[in-house]
Formats: sequence, C-alpha cells, structure tokens
Amino acid sequence: MQRYSGFGLFKHSLSHHENWQRMWRTPTPKKVYDVIIVGGGGHGLATAYYLAKEHGITNVAVIEKGYLGGGNTARNTTIVRSNYLWDESAHLYEHAMKLWEGLSQDLNYNVMFSQRGVYNLCHTLQDIRDSERRVSANRLNGVDGELLNTAQVAAEIPYLDCSKNTRYPILGATVQRRGGVARHDAVAWGFARAADALGVDLIQQTEVTGFRKENGAVIGVETNKGFIGAKRVGVVTAGNSGHMAKLAGFRLPLESHPLQALVSEPIKPIIDSVIMSNAVHGYISQSDKGDLVIGAGIDGWVGYGQRGSYPVIEHTLQAIVEMFPNLSRVRMNRQWGGIVDTSPDACPIISKTPVKNLFFNCGWGTGGFKATPGSGNVFAASLAKGEMHPLAAPFSMDRFYNGALIDEHGAAAVAH
Amino acid sequence: MSQTYRLASGGRIDRSKVLNFSFNGKTYQGYAGDTLAAALLANGVDIVGRSFKYSRPRGIIAAGTEEPNAILQIGSSEATQIPNVRATQQALYSGLVATSTNGWPNVNTDVMGILGKVGGSMMPPGFYYKTFMYPKSFWMTYEKYIRKAAGLGRAPLQNDPDSYDYMNQHCDVLIVGAGPAGLAAALAAARSGARVILADEQEEFGGTLLDTRETLDGKPAAEWVAAVVAELEALPDVTLLPRATVNGYHDHNFLTIHERLTDHLGDRAPIGQVRQRVHRVRANRVVLAAGAHERPLVYGNNDLPGNMLAGAVSTYVRRYGVAPGRKLVLSTNNDHAYRAALDWHDAGLQVVAIADARHNPRGSLVEEARAKGIRILTSSAVIESRGSKHVTGARVAAIDTQAHKVTSPGEWLDCDLVATSGGYSPVVHLASHLGGRPVWREDILGFVPGDAPQKRVCVGGINGVYPLADAIADGFEGGARAATEAGFKASVGNVPKTVARKEEATLALFQVPHDKGTARAPKQFVDQQNDVTAAAIELATREGFESVEHVKRYTALGFGTDQGKLGNINGLAIAARSLGIGIPQMGTTMFRPNYTPVTFGAVAGRHCGHLFEPVRFTALHAWHVKNGAEFEDVGQWKRPWYFPKAGEDIHAAVARECKAVRDSVGLLDASTLGKIDIQGPDAREFLNRIYTNAWTKLDVGKARYGLMCKEDGMVFDDGVTACVADNHFIMTTTTGGAARVLQWMELYLQTEWPELKVYFTSVTDHWATMTLSGPNSRKLLSELTDIDMDKEAFPFMTWKEGKVGGVPARVFRISFTGELSYEVNVQANYAMGVLEKIVEAGKKYNLTPYGTETMHVLRAEKGFIIVGQDTDGSMTADDLNMSWCVGRNKPYSWIGLRGMNREDVVRENRKQLVGLKPVDPNVWLPEGAQLVFDPKQPIPMDMVGHVTSSYASNSLGYSFAMGVVKGGLKRMGERVYSPQADGSVIEAEIVSSVFFDPKGERQNV
Amino acid sequence: MLHIFCPHCGELRSEEEFHASGQSHIARPLDPASCSDQEWGEYMFFRDNPRGIHHELWDHVAGCRQYFNVTRDTVTYEILETYKIGEKPQVTAADKQEAAPVIAKGQGEKV
Repeated sequence: MQRYSGFGLFKHSLSHHENWQRMWRTPTPKKVYDVIIVGGGGHGLATAYYLAKEHGITNVAVIEKGYLGGGNTARNTTIVRSNYLWDESAHLYEHAMKLWEGLSQDLNYNVMFSQRGVYNLCHTLQDIRDSERRVSANRLNGVDGELLNTAQVAAEIPYLDCSKNTRYPILGATVQRRGGVARHDAVAWGFARAADALGVDLIQQTEVTGFRKENGAVIGVETNKGFIGAKRVGVVTAGNSGHMAKLAGFRLPLESHPLQALVSEPIKPIIDSVIMSNAVHGYISQSDKGDLVIGAGIDGWVGYGQRGSYPVIEHTLQAIVEMFPNLSRVRMNRQWGGIVDTSPDACPIISKTPVKNLFFNCGWGTGGFKATPGSGNVFAASLAKGEMHPLAAPFSMDRFYNGALIDEHGAAAVAH
Repeated sequence: MSQTYRLASGGRIDRSKVLNFSFNGKTYQGYAGDTLAAALLANGVDIVGRSFKYSRPRGIIAAGTEEPNAILQIGSSEATQIPNVRATQQALYSGLVATSTNGWPNVNTDVMGILGKVGGSMMPPGFYYKTFMYPKSFWMTYEKYIRKAAGLGRAPLQNDPDSYDYMNQHCDVLIVGAGPAGLAAALAAARSGARVILADEQEEFGGTLLDTRETLDGKPAAEWVAAVVAELEALPDVTLLPRATVNGYHDHNFLTIHERLTDHLGDRAPIGQVRQRVHRVRANRVVLAAGAHERPLVYGNNDLPGNMLAGAVSTYVRRYGVAPGRKLVLSTNNDHAYRAALDWHDAGLQVVAIADARHNPRGSLVEEARAKGIRILTSSAVIESRGSKHVTGARVAAIDTQAHKVTSPGEWLDCDLVATSGGYSPVVHLASHLGGRPVWREDILGFVPGDAPQKRVCVGGINGVYPLADAIADGFEGGARAATEAGFKASVGNVPKTVARKEEATLALFQVPHDKGTARAPKQFVDQQNDVTAAAIELATREGFESVEHVKRYTALGFGTDQGKLGNINGLAIAARSLGIGIPQMGTTMFRPNYTPVTFGAVAGRHCGHLFEPVRFTALHAWHVKNGAEFEDVGQWKRPWYFPKAGEDIHAAVARECKAVRDSVGLLDASTLGKIDIQGPDAREFLNRIYTNAWTKLDVGKARYGLMCKEDGMVFDDGVTACVADNHFIMTTTTGGAARVLQWMELYLQTEWPELKVYFTSVTDHWATMTLSGPNSRKLLSELTDIDMDKEAFPFMTWKEGKVGGVPARVFRISFTGELSYEVNVQANYAMGVLEKIVEAGKKYNLTPYGTETMHVLRAEKGFIIVGQDTDGSMTADDLNMSWCVGRNKPYSWIGLRGMNREDVVRENRKQLVGLKPVDPNVWLPEGAQLVFDPKQPIPMDMVGHVTSSYASNSLGYSFAMGVVKGGLKRMGERVYSPQADGSVIEAEIVSSVFFDPKGERQNV
Repeated sequence: MLHIFCPHCGELRSEEEFHASGQSHIARPLDPASCSDQEWGEYMFFRDNPRGIHHELWDHVAGCRQYFNVTRDTVTYEILETYKIGEKPQVTAADKQEAAPVIAKGQGEKV
C-alpha cells in the first residue's frame, strides 16, 4: 500500500500528482471465498478489514451493488458518540469509540475524527432525570459524560438561546467531550483501501440477487454477474436488510424508513460542537467545509426512495431556529434522505439467522455511522469464529422473542 | 466614482434613479433595475472574491443562478447580515452594503494568494485524507485552521429582526419559469379558466426575452412579454409570483416556492412586512419551463476575472447596459453564442476574434458575424487566458477535439474579456428531485428530464427545445395539455413570428485541450467555488474513483452553493473521457432540493419562539400567573410547578405546600390529565381488554385505578376510570399520554374489535379539574356543594354529581396524596368562577395552591408511581410491585397478558421498584443516579438499578427515594450504593416504597 | 409530502393530517395464550418491510380519526389505493403489473 503522508504529497506535487496509485483494485471475483460480505458501506468494509487484519482471513470479498460507501455511509450526519444508556449498547459503542480514536493512524487515512464534544440538551425536568440516569450509567461504564446546568451550557455554546424566552427553555445538557464528528466518505474509503491492501476483493456494481443454500446452510450468493461461493456470508446492507432477509427466506423485526438531513451553505465557523435536542427535535454541527449539518427525525412510514416528506425538514429547521435564532438568515443548500432500518428497541441486530453460516448485521436505525469500526470489528470476530463476539451477543434476534430488549429510544436525538 | 463600463444607452434600467451602494467599504453608484453584479461590473470592479483553496482572484462569470464566484456578504447591521448572496441575483437598492467573503487583508492584495500559489500544488483533491495524521494529537489544531479558511460568508451574531411565513396554495396548473415557454404555457392554461400559479426566480418575468436580440412579430421581445403579463394579471384565478423560486419538487405534486418579498428593498423588511415566504403548493399539474443553462468551456486560467459566459455578456450588455470589458474574444462550440459577439459589436465595442471549435461553421449567426467583419478562427478555442488580476490576453490555438490535442502553437490575442460557451444544459433539477434520472441526448449534448410518475409537463429549453418560436409553441402546447389534464378545456395560442435562422449543431467539447496536458497545464477550473480542476477529476479517476458520485465526493465537484449548475456537466464529461466511457454511462449525480438555497427562517415560518409549538393552558392559568406560579412544561401544557411566596426558593415553597396539604388542605389544578369519555354497550368489555385489571364489577358511581400495557406487557399509561352508567365511563390518562392512549384505543377498536359497540371522545379540554386534598378538604367542599359529603354517603373511590360553587360538577373522591381528597370537575368555562369561590371559602383553612412538585413528593411518600418517571417502557406491573392490579384470570386475553409471560419477562431478578432510604437522612439521591451493590468494584461497574424519584421529605423527616433494583423486592433491608461524579458514594437502604401512612388511614376518614 | 385519499372523508388530504401506523392486515392472534414466545414475537415485531407494494395502516388523526388501509409503493411512494378496515386490497404485489391503476382512487379531483 502506498503510504500517505505530508511528505508524500510534496513528492507527488513535483510530478504533478500523475503517479498516485489506485486506492483499491477492481478485481474479477474468485469462484469461492472464505467469507463474503454483502454490502460495501462503512460497516461492511470495516468488517472485511478486521477479518483480514485481526483474524488473518484475507480470502474475503465485499460485494456492493452500487459504489463503495454509497448508502447510508454517504448520507449520514457523521456524529460519533458512545454515551448510550444500557450496558450492552454502551459497551458496543464505546468499543467503537476507542477504535475511532486511533483510526486515522491505523488506516493511514485521515478520517478527520474530530472530538469536538456532543451535547444533548434538556428542556424538561424528565429530560434532566433521564440525562442524569444516562450520564451516571456512562460514568460507571467508563464512558465520559457530564451533566451541565443552563449557565454552563450557555457558556460553552455561544448563540444557543438559553433564555427563558423560548417555547421549551433549556434546563441543562449532557456532554460527551470525546464525542464529535468524522468525515463519512473517508471512513469508507480508508477501510476500503486498507482492506484491499490486505487482499480483500472489493467488487462494486454487483448486486446480490439471492442466497444459495444446501442443507439449511448458505454456500454462496447469486449475483447479477453470476454465482460466487462462500463458506460464510455476512450481510451488512443498511436500508435493504429486510429485502436481503426476504431473499434468504426469513423476516426481520425491522421497518425501513426515510431519514432526512440537510446542510446550509458554507459559512464561517459558528457552531463548534455537536448539539442535539430530543425535545425540540433537531441537531446541528458544522463541517470543516463550513456547512451546518442538520438532522431531522425519521418519516413515519416505510420508504426506500431515499427521500422523505417536506414537513420533517420544516420542523427540523423550526427547531434549529428555536435553538439558534441568529441562524434564521442562513440558508439551506441541500436536503436528502437515507433509508434507516429501525428496530423495535432502537438497537442493532448482530446475529446468526435461521440459515446456517449466514449472519446479519443490521437495524442500526439512525445510529449506525458512529458504530462503524466497532460494528465491523465485532462482526468480523463473529464471522471468523462462527460464534457471536461477546459484545455482539446481546444483540441477537432472539431478544425479540424472549423479551430481552435493550430499549435505547431515549438515546437517539430523533423519534422512532 | 463614475460607472466607467456603463454603456451610453440601452438596458432595462432606470437611469434617472441613481442608487448608492458600497462594496468592500468603497461607495459606488448604480441604477434602479441593476443587479448588484451588473452595478459592480459597471463600476469596473473585477475581483469579487478569492477562491477558498488556492486563494485565486475571482470575478463575475455569469448573470444568474449558476454564478459560483460572486457570493457576497450583505448587510448594513449585525442583525441583518445575510451570508452568501449571489450578486447576480440580488437587486440593487439604495444603501446596499456588500463585502467579499474571503481574502486577507482584502481581495485585491491577498496574502493567502501567495500561499495558494506555493502550497496549491500540494493540495490535490482529497489531500486532507492523506496528511494531518501525525502526530495524532495535532489533528484538532490542523482542523482549527482548516475550518477558519473554509466557509464563505458569516451568520449574523444577533437575532433576526424579520419575520417569515408560509402559505398553503392549491392550483390546477403550476408553471415553473416565466421565460418564453413558461409565459406561453401560463397563457394557454390561464385562458382555460384553470387556477394558475406562475413563478419565476427573477425580478421580472420574461427570462431570456428580456435581453434577447430576437424579435417577436417584428417587435422587441419584451413587448410581447408585457402584453402576456398584462393579460395574465387581468385573469382572476392567476397568481403571479416574481422573485419566487420553485425550489423543491416533492412527492404527489407538492412543490415549495421561496418568494423573496422584500430583498430588493433592503436587508431588513419594511416594518409590518414579511421578508420572505414559502408557498407550499399542491398542484394538480406542473409545467416545468425552467429553461437551460449555458455551460462554459474549461480551459487554462478560465477562472481569471474577465472570463465570462457568452450569454452573461449579452445579458449585461442588453439588459443592464453594462460592458464588462472593452475587447472581447469569444470561444464557442455552437451558433447560439455568436449572439454575444453580435451584441458586443452592436454596442460599438471591439470583438477581437471568435474561436469556434467547429471546422466549418455556416449557421446564420456565424454568417452574420462574418458579414460584420468579425475575425473567426475555426477548429480553434481559447486554450488559456492570462493576466494577474484580470484577463489581459487569451491564447487561441487550433485543436483536435477527437484526439483531445492542441494542433497549433496558437497566438496570444490582447483582450480583457473572454466569453465562452460550451453548449446548453437543460435545467433538469426539479424534474429529477423525485429520482427520475435525466436522460442524455446526443443531438443536443445535454441531459433532459427522464420519465417520472409525477403529473408534469416539461416545455421549452428543459426539453432541449431551443429555437425561440419552437419554445413558445412548446409552451402553448404544454400549458394547454396540463390544463386539459386538470379538467379544463384549453387551446394553444398564436405563436408570434420570429426570424427564421439556420442553426448548426453544437460540437461536443467540454474541456479544451492544452499542449501541456491536463495535469501540467495552467489550472482548468470545472467548479470554481470549490477550486475543482480538470486535473483533479482526472486524478480522482486515476485513484479508483469511477462512479460519478465518487468523483463528486472525492473532488467536491458540485458541492458549492451553485450545486454545480455551471460546471457539473463539464466535470462528468471529463471524468467519462478519463475513464474511457460515454457520458450517459457516467450519468449525473442525484439532484436534490433546493434548486437554490432557501433561508432557514422562511422554511420555519412563524413556528419559532413562543409559536414554535402550540402552548396549552388550563382554564385556571391566569389565576396561577396571578398567584406567582412557576411553570413546568409537561407535553404541550404549562403546569404550575410550585407557587413561591416572596423570598422562597423551590425547596421552601414545596415544603410549605406539602405541609399545608398534610395539615389542612391544598389545591391542585389537575385539568391537564387526559379525559376520555367512553360510551356504548360494550364499553365495559372494552375496558376489560385494554386495562390489566378487571372492570366487570365496577358499579355505577364507582371509580377504579387501572394500568395499561402494550402487547409486550410493559406499562405505558395509567389512571382512574369512573363508571357513569353501565354503558358510560370516564377515563383519565397521564397528561402527556392522553393523545396516544386515545389513538391506541381507536386502533384496537377499529382494526381488531370492530364488533364492539363503543365510542371514544376526548374531553380533556371540556372539563377543568380542581383537586382539594388534605384533612380539611371535606369541610371546605361541604361549604360549596349540594352533594352529601358524609363519609358513608360519599365513600372512597366513588364519584357524585351535584353543584359546586353553583355550577354542575362531577366530584371524584380519589386520592393521589394519601390524604382525604376530592377532584372537582366543572365545565372549563365555569372553572375560574368556581375556583374563586373555593379560594374565598378556603381562606379560613389556609387553603394552599400547590404545583406538580408538591404533588410528586406527596404521591411518592405514598409509593404511587408516575408512568414515564418511575417507568421507562421496560417495566411490567410485577416489576412495579403492582401485581394486585393484574387480572390474570380475566376471560379475554387482554393487551399485555401474553407479553408479560415471555421468557425474559418472567425471569427472576428483574429490576423492581422499591423504596430507597439514604442512610444519611440529609443526603438527597439524585434522580437518575445509578445503583450498585459493591461501590468498590472497578469500572465498568455492575449496575443494578437506578433512582427514579427522589425527594427531601418534610412529613417523614428524612430524604427518601424510589428506584428500581435487581431483585429489589426480595432485598428489603439490604444496602445499595450510588457512586457520584465527585467520587462520593451515597448509601441507601432498600425499603418498602410506601413511606407514609402505609395502612391508608388518612384518607379513610 | 404525500397526498392521501381518506376513504372515510372521501377527500384527498395532505400527509400532515395523518399518522402512519405500520403494516396492515396483521391480525392479533385469537388465542394469545397458545402462542409460543416465537409466535408472539413475530406478531409484535416482525414485518414484511417490502421494497415495492406495501399495505399499510394510516390514521386520519387530524381529521375523522378513522384508521384505513393504503396500498403504496415504498420505492416510488405512489399510492395505488386506499380502502377501509375489513376490505381487501385490489392491488397486491403479485398482480401489480396488471392491476396497478395509474391514477389512484380520488386523484384527479380538485385539490
């Protein structure tokens, strides 16, 4: 792998950048792989990378129907945090957080992980109780978190309207200072490049159209370009998990909804951290390019169109103007939607399936991006061993039968 | 300063109205009718900004929405700052204050520019992914400087003084764009009697007709425009919206129009006026007449001020009477652009030469130029321009477009303006917002709208119909078709006569070759706002970015505020060539709303500040305000939280209120609790199915507490329901849960049990509820009512009808405090009068109003739960120690029964609600605090529960709490610990959750 | 924003008046006690979630407060029909090609 550095940039500038290598190959699929990952988004690419790096399994293919990182990886609002309420999710997301903290160096690709701090605003007394509960749990789980009062919030977040003149005055906030944002595309590309360098085949523009089974076990995938064999198959196709499950012959406890987001025109730095409000229903950060990156809630109906309804955008901007009245004159440049697979307890499903050797990693809802390295890491371990990694085990599909749900609805800044 | 570049005559400007404005601190003059861009050009201002990556000087390149460079800050005061205004779309007004957004110390002498020249070579696309990684801790510092350099304008630091609104509109035909095709479509539709909305982003209708050299019926085209607009204005069902951009095409023919009502008057709306408005339009049919954008040719140093789109040159000359230079070189691959040279020539200015990439152009306009003696170099193009801050020359050379090669050394021509035209791109944005992929048409070298299920018609330039007469005819036809489809009888209008011309095909040329090759040539910009060059696109494809989305994302092509309107097609053509594939295989990136940026405030409309969401007040709200209540937000309600007296803080007030209730009598406004009137012969059966407990035997006149679960067996609401008659009940719900409970009951009734005869009506707002609680409540109420208040006559958990304070009332004897209590319900309109009577009579009992906080303390002392505080959607009735409220043997398998019998739900050692008594009676356990059995264990700790409610009690003399603890009900007397953020540990004993009057004697009086 | 024909009100109304309530035609088991945990879990949580034709429940919350069914394409968002509770869909995934009407019931009227 051609190593990236400032010096390398200088060297290549002398030859007018004509000699940069490809970041990944365009391989011809082999007949059979040890592991096939369906889905070339961040989670799938991370899975492939950790399979090769940590488990020495390099005879791996990632099969992507479009282009790498082209699904929700390319459409999310890039927030990274690990301050989840329940032990199971806190441990999983904190595992991801620790990987984030060395990811650029590990991949030799700057994913621009910026620990700018993530604030969750409290507007009601119950918000305060819930926040104390979460922060207290985070602290005892080894996840950083603080509960701030209104004056502290006002001091740390300029221009946030902390007065009593708002519809839902701000009573406080939690902050996870290690939380922040990362550059979403770079995460996919960084994992792709590193996985490719370790021998993983990244097969783009190839759609999985079915799973071939023998004696109740998967033996490979049918694609629009032919059959490819595999000893194990991991499906990581956020936004299409239900469809993939249908191809495999079972159903999932998921609904796929549009999740919308928008950006402003680029402006000079004014929002220095990530600010989320569950009660007024909106969140905001500012990218390094200067765009205000703003998130909205999900649309309430199943939709695969990568777009939602306008009132969601309206309501989100109302929330932003409510929080930051000085941003009223800033302008919205672009809006878009992704498809999120929402589960009944707002937690992912990382699980074996009714089909032997077929594993699913899905249901991340609105919170998938932040888990990317952790999700890939534990899924890789599970695929390598054929048994679920301890951090993944609680997220088995079984919980929807026996009732051991991990209800994180309060943890997302959007309503499910 | 005089307007050096203003032509002596011409243009649609009012030379009698001189407007002063300032740019970068200097004062200039322009005329009414100018855009800011036109006025700047008239004054010879060439550098309007610096590019963000390389800090190169940039000038105005276009005359409309596709302008990438003239993005300015406007605003004469802090609160009215407007970032990122496109000067080409901003009408000039007197007193306009504009500044550039980048450049230090200023745009003309920019220090960063030197850095950009030196460092620029080290900033290929995606350079930031390849560096700034080591040492690890430095990224945040690097990032700080990157952030400072990025961004265009700035947000105001003060709050917006203006207001905005939005408006719902319905129409039969919405026409997008009032150019030749749009006007014709509007006319055809409007004449049929259809309700028509015609919207156009410009200051006035007409589009290209406002600056074209073409005539209609032998008269200037603008006269036809005036006639059409006059006719439309006279029709009653036509809404004309100039300065209104249709920005989003959403599902089911819902479109948003962003109308700028006052931006042409100033940076602040005149008093009493709305600054901007969003029209939310549901249109039966939509006619898209958005036209086409000219695209540039990409060549070396094409970003230097003095490089401009050919069509923009015509616009400035003909519409604004401004010549953006003296000596013009035109570089083109099509006939249409010759108009720029002819307009220039007609204005008495010098056309140095026309470089036409085609071998032997013979179209009418070409011949006209030849006839005027203009030098035409064929098979040629401008391959680069030069100059330090403005164009001083252009190098024209012979090129081979097939081989992408320069075939002659060429010559440098002295000039100060290079006009360029690379053909036309239909404005397919709106047509593509819903995912309909545009389709490449080789004959016009442009993408046209693809198929889409929406009920829309595309007319004119957007369809690649460019000749004026054809566009108007297409507009008439499309407008008539849309109106007909919407149910009207429509016919086409008469197409005015135009001059027939022979027009030859455009040559496919997107990037002009350079003799040094793309990587080493002077920078050839594709996206000027993002400093994306042709070399960058080639590099991206070389590094493996092959999908158009990848190229976009890696290079930032089209990410700017112009969203690639100028250069995107060039960019994807360059990528396609680099990859050796065709443009249709390359495809476009997704088009998304907005077409042009929309002010946040306009989208939010009135829904900000106190109008962000509706506020619900009880009928007694004014009394609470008068009596000094502090309020708590509960759902949309404002509920009195506590009633502080002078000098009291919340603790003192709550202590006083609690004492008053326990000692004498208190008054709570309980009106916000949800109230649902349930009637019908099957009402009782329905209750049996949706409550966990049994309702079969509840007699008329009695009331009962009930729990509700979802199918998973988890508690989700609770409340008291009273039997009014055998077929009539009144249900109460939690304040926040009222709407969802009703919706949930309707769901089961309508979809599962339609055979049940039962009807629900929300009566929350119809009744006001005043709770009198405390040992003196009976005495007090007796003075005001005709109801027999005797203990035996009116026992606990019953209700009576009668008069209270002279008005009809329903009084419930139920208790949430453990004291003797009565809930008095009267019609909301009478409530204030009744309250005043109660208060008057209550004086002698020290009747004390109390709020939610005191209510919480008093109920917690009794161990009564609050759903949503002591529960979180994962608690069953058993977990809450409320098995007494579960009718396991009811005949119907009620909602929640099956769910609460699942494997994990019947598990031992679940978290259970218990009382918690801090060992130190003065220490308060924070609500939410996590609990452990062993506080000395290492992190991560094994957490066994958390505190749900916690209070410093006055009746008890010690602080107390409720919380959930693993297996807590079997751990009475054991200790739990709560490690705090400051390192301290609070120790508490697990006790019964009923702290006060466990036998319930106090209400049993 | 979707435009939905309420079969109870007999009018096309904007999505803002409605609330989407998930997949329709999921009958509550008549004898829950006889369901295994797995069967009960399937009933509560597992959904078809199709890419394409979807029969779903909507509630006219800000209108008549009645629930009804909508057949909608989850990819194009086209509404193919709306029908009352207890009625059967006319358009199903199996016969979409033949049966799908281009214009939904009630569309084309004045809006």
